[in-house]
Amino acid sequence: MPDSGLSLEDVSFLLVWTAVAIYALAFIAYAVDLARRSDLAVKAKDAAQPSAGQRVLVGATASTAGSGRGGAGSAIDEMRAQEAAALADLEAPLGARKRYVWARIGTSLTVLGFLFHLGGDVLRGIAAGRVPWANNYEFALTGTLLIVAVYLAVLLRYDLRFLGSFITGLVAVFLGGAALAFHVDVTPLADPLKSVWLVIHVFVASLATAFLALAFALSVLQLLQERRERLAQSSSLAAAGPASAAEAAPAADAPDARGRMRFLRTIPSADALESLAYRFAIIGFIFWTFTLIAGSIWANDAWGRYWGFDTKEVWTFVIWVLYAGYIHARATRGWRGSRSAWLSIVGFSAVLFNFVIVNMFFKGLHAYSGLS
Amino acid sequence: MSSSRSEATRTGRGESGESDPLRPDDHADSADAGDAGRRGAASARLGVVGWLRWGWRQLTSMRTALVLLLLLAIAAIPGSIVPQRTADPNGVTQWRTDNPDLYPVLDGLQLFDVYTSVWFSAIYILLFISLIGCVIPRTKHHWNAMKARPPRTPVRLSRLDDHVETVVELPRDADAGAVAADAVALAEAQLRSSGYRVERYDTGTTASVSAERGYLRETGNLVFHGALVGVLLSVGIGGGLTYTGQTVITEGDSFVNSIGLGYTSFNPGRFVDVENLSPYALTLDRFDVTYTALGEAGQGQAGDFAAHLTVTEPGQQPHPGVVRVNHPLELAGDRIYLMGNGYAPTITVRDAAGEIVFREDVEFLPQDANMTSLGVVKVPDGLPEQMGLVGFFYPSAASLHSGALTSAFGDLLNPVLTLDVYVGDLGIDDGTPRSVYALDTGGMEQLTGRAIDVDSLELAPGDTVDLPNGLGTVTFEDATADGAPEAVKRYVSLSVHRDVGAPFVLVFAILALAGLLAALFVPRRRLWVKATPETTATGAEALRIEYAGLARGEDPAIAAAVADLARSHGAAVADVLGSDDRPVPDGPASDPDPKVD
Ligand code: HEM
Repeated sequence: MPDSGLSLEDVSFLLVWTAVAIYALAFIAYAVDLARRSDLAVKAKDAAQPSAGQRVLVGATASTAGSGRGGAGSAIDEMRAQEAAALADLEAPLGARKRYVWARIGTSLTVLGFLFHLGGDVLRGIAAGRVPWANNYEFALTGTLLIVAVYLAVLLRYDLRFLGSFITGLVAVFLGGAALAFHVDVTPLADPLKSVWLVIHVFVASLATAFLALAFALSVLQLLQERRERLAQSSSLAAAGPASAAEAAPAADAPDARGRMRFLRTIPSADALESLAYRFAIIGFIFWTFTLIAGSIWANDAWGRYWGFDTKEVWTFVIWVLYAGYIHARATRGWRGSRSAWLSIVGFSAVLFNFVIVNMFFKGLHAYSGLS
Repeated sequence: MSSSRSEATRTGRGESGESDPLRPDDHADSADAGDAGRRGAASARLGVVGWLRWGWRQLTSMRTALVLLLLLAIAAIPGSIVPQRTADPNGVTQWRTDNPDLYPVLDGLQLFDVYTSVWFSAIYILLFISLIGCVIPRTKHHWNAMKARPPRTPVRLSRLDDHVETVVELPRDADAGAVAADAVALAEAQLRSSGYRVERYDTGTTASVSAERGYLRETGNLVFHGALVGVLLSVGIGGGLTYTGQTVITEGDSFVNSIGLGYTSFNPGRFVDVENLSPYALTLDRFDVTYTALGEAGQGQAGDFAAHLTVTEPGQQPHPGVVRVNHPLELAGDRIYLMGNGYAPTITVRDAAGEIVFREDVEFLPQDANMTSLGVVKVPDGLPEQMGLVGFFYPSAASLHSGALTSAFGDLLNPVLTLDVYVGDLGIDDGTPRSVYALDTGGMEQLTGRAIDVDSLELAPGDTVDLPNGLGTVTFEDATADGAPEAVKRYVSLSVHRDVGAPFVLVFAILALAGLLAALFVPRRRLWVKATPETTATGAEALRIEYAGLARGEDPAIAAAVADLARSHGAAVADVLGSDDRPVPDGPASDPDPKVD
């Protein structure tokens, strides 16, 4: 296209930046949703009865006065009821979901951003005449596309819109960062990359990353929710017996009572979040296992050995073992709950580290970042 | 998400008595016999055997497996930070030069050989002992479980988390016991047809069926862990039967697969019969490479490498073979890989009288992406003194501002060879092994070169120039004169591999993946249907039908499975009662709206 002045590659790049901007807006919409949906929940409750925080305080006062634990017990019951309702919302079919206006705006923007993103990715592939995942910029381009795709696909099954701000934020940062720092012009493929395994291995690795990202976000929420549950429990203990009141955190300290993270009221219990995180993590783990095997087959063709502890191989292995550890932790007494959540968080941190730091700064055979 | 399985299972265990599948003691699903108590008992009363047993139980516990897995992950990391001898020997040498003080410390800790180090090996060996110790008893147990009948129906199904019940009113003249048995027979058929193993447990007028499915889940788990052992064994045993060798062939030359003749380096595994390698020979006819043209995106990038060979095997006509990146040549059980390429200028040295004292294709090692290459010529005999030449070859020579040459492109656009001449002691007479690619100039005198402000010798293909001090002449031969395709010959470095273990590793890896899929996604669950005759408050005959389920492991769909069963079975029962021309009972059975506990 000598005359128009814009090559396919340039158009692709413009689309990508547009997508970044739209994702950023989606992030804002989702964040507003989180802030408001807790307000909505609180108002709905307030209309009917005193809020959880007030009730606990009432209970505490009552118990100091020696009148038993009724108030505190019901604060926990109320939290459990909130959580059960949130779980029902999470599993509600598409048509029967809560009408959170800002979440809807967020999701619509995410879909729009996804379309631009997809366009940018496809054009990049056409401009290059090959799959658009052969250097760091393109890995980021396709990897983030898959994260959004998986998120949107999962939305059809579970109402996970409370993860929207995490997903759009993550994608906006990585896509924008890649466009700024990693962008390179299309160049012919290096010989070792001319392989079907490029298509399979890298694609499946990105898919694995998408599922592990969801698991990560759920594990973070799980920890927050667990903390909320713990604080509520200890404040109810405080309410139950004056003797322990001194040690236990006062109810007003519970995160949702302080006004921060009140959205946790609209989110299922830590247990439910853990189950869900686990489900995504095992899908991610299966894909990762496949990535590992496909990578070895490719290495055996390209480098004459299927395994050589090259830097990137080491990190792929480390991540695999970490998630195997996570799966074990879920099945080990004393490790289920927050410890296994931490493993999921560490595992995903290793995934990100592998992508950003190892690709950029570590030396090895996998020198395909396109950066020099 | 009613699969909060710890509770579900614990409730169930109380009822159904035994634990299956067999898990290590500290599995989240096993009964809460705190092992602190057990440990106390061991130290107080048991002797050596007790302690051993306790140790074994610790080693094969979930917690140990978990800790070892995490240790393995952590222990693998240093190998990505510090260069490794196997993957990057030059990196290790460089590291040593850069950090002479730290080097011995890290070397002592085996940080340059992480993956064969004592500590790394200890972790994975312990892990695999733990794995085997865990898998064997489970396999035995699972084998028996697969032959066993589904367990007795728990007395109080309502105590299970996933429980649904309906009450069906019966016609006045009905034999409640017979209807109960019929209803349960229906459930039995339904369950069997959806893949459950079923067993009837009737007591008095109460009929019940116990059903179990998903043995494949435990099978998958055992296959997965077993296959990991398979991978490890294949790597270990295969390694002993594996060899790799490197060789370099210049266009027109041949390589013979024999360790005495052809290899520049050879690494056989412990059990390789090095005297009896397959006797084939390879001749490099031509090496192809294309370079992205100047002015295009990615200019100068090399690609489409292809080494065109003639293969000679005993008892066969010579036939052509090609080695490309990603496409090794398979030959007599070996795989031949293209590892590198470069230029091998043909250099002739004559003495003052014009006699040839040296003539060889000298392999130059590429130093940059544009193939600026470094090579060495050693002339030990035939001249008054030993002579060494250190040469730079520029396939597309261009001048820098400083006047120094560089190569601007990888292909042969403007080939130029420069040589620095050294005379003196080459240091090869005392038998010390020296690299053919390096010249130890310590004991030599430099006659040309920048360092001493004498112009280096500079030649294009076909040129002959005089050596300093009247030593003689040196010629950069134009290879086309001998019928080569280009003025300067190219060489390839090939790597010859035989890896006996690799196919086994692949098979076990695929088995592991298949096992993993089954272990993670096949639901294992028990379902029960129980029909109990009773009399309602109004004095009518009725049948209480209970449905209950118990997840054995992660099973997000258990509640749905119980509800589905209640629905389809309820409908079937209603059908039967209706078709016998009995009054269709109203209420729950005809409109199955199960009451959920
Ligand atoms: C090389 C080391 C190991 C790796 C990579 C590994 C990996 C895994 C993976 C990926 C799973 C999930 C699949 C499933 O649920 O079946 C799993 C499950 C399991 N592993 Fe391992 N494992 C290893 C060693 C061990 C050892 C030493 C033990 C025994 C102490 C063990 C016991 C178990 C058990 C009981 C489960 C089932 C967990 C459940 O109920 O969900 N594993 N392992």
